Amino acid sequence: MLRQLEGSAAVAETVALCRPEVVCAYPISPQTHIVEGLSDLVRAGRLEHCEYVTVESEFAALSVCIGASATGARAYTATASQGLLYMAEALYNASGLGLPIVMTVANRAIGAPINIWNDHSDAMSQRDCGWIQLYAETNQEAADLHVQAFRIAERLSLPVMVCMDGFVLTHAHERVDMPSAEQVDAYLPPFEPRQVLDPAEPVTIGAMVGPEAFAEVKYLAHAKQMQALDVIPEAAADFEQTFGRPSGGLLRGYRSEDAETIVVALGSVLGTIEDTIDELRDEGVSIGALAIKSFRPFPLEEVRAALGGAKRVVVLEKALAVGIGGIVSANVRMALSGIQLHGYTVIAGLGGRAITRRSLRELFEAAIDDRLDPLTFLDLDRERVEAELRRMSAGGRSGPHAENILREAGIVAARSH
Amino acid sequence: MEELRPTFEVRIHGRGGQGVVTAAELLSVAAFDEGRHAQAFPSFGSERTGAPVVSFCRFGDVPIRTREPIAEPDAVIVQDPTLLHQVDLFSGLRPEGYVLINSSRDLAGLGLEELRERFRGERLLTVPATELAREHLGRPLPNAALLGGFAALTRTLGIDAVIAAIRERFHGPAGERNAAAAAACFHHVEHELSGVVGA
Repeated sequence: MLRQLEGSAAVAETVALCRPEVVCAYPISPQTHIVEGLSDLVRAGRLEHCEYVTVESEFAALSVCIGASATGARAYTATASQGLLYMAEALYNASGLGLPIVMTVANRAIGAPINIWNDHSDAMSQRDCGWIQLYAETNQEAADLHVQAFRIAERLSLPVMVCMDGFVLTHAHERVDMPSAEQVDAYLPPFEPRQVLDPAEPVTIGAMVGPEAFAEVKYLAHAKQMQALDVIPEAAADFEQTFGRPSGGLLRGYRSEDAETIVVALGSVLGTIEDTIDELRDEGVSIGALAIKSFRPFPLEEVRAALGGAKRVVVLEKALAVGIGGIVSANVRMALSGIQLHGYTVIAGLGGRAITRRSLRELFEAAIDDRLDPLTFLDLDRERVEAELRRMSAGGRSGPHAENILREAGIVAARSH
Repeated sequence: MEELRPTFEVRIHGRGGQGVVTAAELLSVAAFDEGRHAQAFPSFGSERTGAPVVSFCRFGDVPIRTREPIAEPDAVIVQDPTLLHQVDLFSGLRPEGYVLINSSRDLAGLGLEELRERFRGERLLTVPATELAREHLGRPLPNAALLGGFAALTRTLGIDAVIAAIRERFHGPAGERNAAAAAACFHHVEHELSGVVGA
């Protein structure tokens, strides 16, 4: 049924339709509305046979999900930013043990400096922890991906993160075609765990593994993610058949088939990119976009096929690998190994900086003219950065960067010494 | 001639606690109820009570893909006139844009006569939304009244859809009172505008 609602509400209600048996989460902006919604549904009796467990931290939240999943319960949690970092150790345990937990990451920057706004630093920091990572472009897709995530996770016995842009999606009200309970039940079979902690049939899960077998167990984790390259498109195809709309999958091209320039991105920024591409296409510019929906596993062959014919590729990413630059672009380059084309990395939208059509248009035009630096920071205020670099090189106690830059921007008036 | 744009874009200014975010949400629900596409979102941040807050709503007959904040609105709604000297409320407002300010004073009384030189005079209006809210709600919450005024001023959304959205969001007596405040402000603005036309 079509409804106009907040992204967080759409996700909470859709997760409830997936009949989780344990929900355990610790609130952190911008994820909070999702777990508040689920706790309301449990309390009101609208989500039956589900225990909502309150805990004191994100580490505990995921640990409870690990315990619940190991007993054969369908388990769900959600977090963001520093909360995801606080889970880091448990993230590896969940994937290493092969537990099909589903988690929403309401993407948010990582401090310091403290910042509650959106970028992809949190999820990207955990890209190699063994979880499948899916990125939603809209609230419709965010809702839909959760239904698919439980199916993918349980099919492979691997945990799945559904990444949705914090605030930009979680706090946006827009049209969502909400699935019915019957549709979700038809699509998502009951959870049949591959391994169960059961007092009647005691087993050990999480044994110590020495050098004689560790590599083999790790290889299996990789092999399962490689299987996900088949399972994710299957889940998307079946989803389209049941629900009547496309959602998810590995990749999605937009006017990219014959495009000389292709812009690669993840998440909600694709909408603004598509509007900009339409403007340029109307003027005869050969440009398209490629949305990466599954970042882990990374669909190397599919990305190569989608981009290999282009003259230039612009990877626009909302995270920064300090000391090298791009994260997504490093993966894209691996996919394009041996193919000669112009490749540009653009770091954009850090800490909630708005990504506007105007800036994107200028950026794409610069790329098309091959005037772009290999690594570009979109809308970076060079003057402020240069001033701070000068202050530092003058020697002495130049003070903290964040406060200095804020003062340059006229946001705080306090003086440092 | 006015540029044809696929969506109508509204920016709402107020202070944390006045329902700025709810106002954008209600506009989007009203547009949705009319079968249109709509997107509402806050100026993301830690909304503190009393701090200046902005929210946005776009609506139109085509799916809305862009996620950028609204920099060149077609309409600006100001919930709290004390923001006039604190925030650049009319930044980027299109030349043919609408302005609706919650105040019992007129534009001249607010020191905003100069707006008439930048924008179309018949599209700039102040309404005593707080007073109307006191009368109908018993509380100084101008939100619903302003949305009724918006419907009358811009004619981009029907008052029935606005009232339905208010009733969806606020149940029981609160819904009825807010609906009454919206209807009262709608009629107030209609009356004001008929005066403008007649003048």
